Amino acid sequence: MSAVRLYVWQRMTAVLMVPLIAVHLIVIIYATNRGLSAADMLGRTRGSVAWGLYYGLFVVAASIHGAIGVRGVAREWLGWRETALDRLMWIFGAVLLVLGLRAVIAVVLP
Amino acid sequence: MSRPHTTAYRGDRLWLAAMVHRVSGVLLAAFLPLHFLVLGLALRGEAELDGFLQWSKSPLVKFAETGLVLLLAVHLLGGIRLLLIENLPWRAGQKRMATLAAAAAVGIAGVFLMALL
Repeated sequence: MSAVRLYVWQRMTAVLMVPLIAVHLIVIIYATNRGLSAADMLGRTRGSVAWGLYYGLFVVAASIHGAIGVRGVAREWLGWRETALDRLMWIFGAVLLVLGLRAVIAVVLP
Repeated sequence: MSRPHTTAYRGDRLWLAAMVHRVSGVLLAAFLPLHFLVLGLALRGEAELDGFLQWSKSPLVKFAETGLVLLLAVHLLGGIRLLLIENLPWRAGQKRMATLAAAAAVGIAGVFLMALL
């Protein structure tokens, strides 16, 4: 993928995640304040279409953003070649996406 | 790879801001798979997830969690700073902005720590 495309995807997902992370931080502090428990957490998320969409979108954006970010760091700090960088990006992105969507299913499915 | 002619920029406040942004990003990327695996425990039932959450109430884990909140907050605010630099006309006071972002991130982590204790 061209450097410009990677840059645009990286920034688009960044902008998208600004409000998502703000909400995430608020939920983290709110849930912690109530004394974090699985019952409390799952009571909020299970069967909720809204939380399902929110976390689903979050996982997709974070997977893309994280994969491109790690690619950039490996290029500059480890000096990897392009083919290796692309492989790293796709594999890491796929791992994040699969584990992330699995986690969303785990907390949202009733 | 060509070497830079100078390394005088190293240690500058904005160089430090770039480094904090990079390192926090890498650490968050490393943490995410674990975060997802833990949440995936709910597939095996509420008790399974609760077992982990009880373990997470030990002081050392609480300390680590505060670090994670700090990483997320500093990456968010540092990222907003970058988006503003890239998309708005250049303005003075960039170093102050970076310091402000770092201070606000520490503040958010502080609020989390208070909720935790």
